[in-house]
Amino acid sequence: MRVIYYLNQFFGGRGGEEAAHLAPHIQDGAVGPGRLFEQILGAGAQVVRTIVVGDNYAAEHVESLNALAVQEVQQCQADLFVAGPCFEAGRYGMAAGTLCKAVKASLGVPVITGMAVENPGVDMYRSDIYIVDSGTQVQAMRDALTTMARLAWKLINHQAVGRPREEGYIPQGMLRDDFVEPSAAERLVAMVYAKTIGQPFESEFISPTFSPVPAPAPVVDLSKARVALVTDGGLVPKGNPDKISPYAATNWGAYDISGLDDLHGEDYEVSHRGYDTRYVEQDPDRLVPVDVLRELEQAGVVGKLHDCFVSTSGLANPIANSRRLGREIAEKLKAEGVEAVILTST
Amino acid sequence: MPVAKMVGSNRIVQGGGIVHVLGDPDLPQEEEKKLRHDILKRAFEALQHTAEHG
Repeated sequence: MRVIYYLNQFFGGRGGEEAAHLAPHIQDGAVGPGRLFEQILGAGAQVVRTIVVGDNYAAEHVESLNALAVQEVQQCQADLFVAGPCFEAGRYGMAAGTLCKAVKASLGVPVITGMAVENPGVDMYRSDIYIVDSGTQVQAMRDALTTMARLAWKLINHQAVGRPREEGYIPQGMLRDDFVEPSAAERLVAMVYAKTIGQPFESEFISPTFSPVPAPAPVVDLSKARVALVTDGGLVPKGNPDKISPYAATNWGAYDISGLDDLHGEDYEVSHRGYDTRYVEQDPDRLVPVDVLRELEQAGVVGKLHDCFVSTSGLANPIANSRRLGREIAEKLKAEGVEAVILTST
Repeated sequence: MPVAKMVGSNRIVQGGGIVHVLGDPDLPQEEEKKLRHDILKRAFEALQHTAEHG
């Protein structure tokens, strides 16, 4: 059985964050986790090629990387494409997801990857491919690879894949019709009964829940407060220097507005595909109200308008990813002495 | 608004529309700026009050 294996710069042994820009490095044979996977897979399985790419490079060259992976699988006549496991690494998970999806869609070749449930790659790709739940701990590498190998064999042998919990993959958000003996009414009553007497029960459908966020204390004296502007409407300087994606953005940017009392349309563009951006492009103050905030600052209503505004795109952004972006932005602004934020959302 | 409420935001102020949160292109410039002032005034009031969760 011939396998093509994708790794990021870290698991490929090329370095950490400083090597995240690495262009694709392809070599024959297995590397790192690929060697272990090969052993676990057994039965003469061989990782014939390993593709190692830096996480940032992968994020910025999705299309060419997809084409590269498809080409490698085709040329090597591979039976299986594997990526990761990525654990919590978000850029890695996104790359693994897109590559697996591309190979599967173009060639119909079995694909398998693994990630932690919170990985943004999960929300994006879980319904396209099987993603094994690797958990967050890299120490669980062997367990993750074992589950991936088991599922891989099923896919290769065209065997039926069972429920997520049985097989160890992350639920795909799909509801499967099943004929069962008890009627829906009977199943419902059984669940309510179990819940009432404190017994475990398994819901047939789980809707997303949002944990309550305690409200921060009110601003004590606005006339002394440093206020920052943040937006998820995707307003960025012309040229989008930080390459913020218009959807499922994985990064945010901070843009200098010190000394500005107005934002001009010709200096900015909008990286967001979820709304008609004309009005904001005409006058960015309609999204990031620098003009009025500067007037309020000069009038002494607001203590200080912070020197930069922060921007990202909120479109089609997985919750786990948005939470991370929010945390990072909050940490930065807090470190810079910001006491209150006006967040404008489209 | 509905999304902000659903995810549990504590202080939500309604803007002038999805595509122009702090504006209204149908208004003349002066009035649009006044609208921006009004929306932000409400935002600042919210920031200075204790927010109830939910």
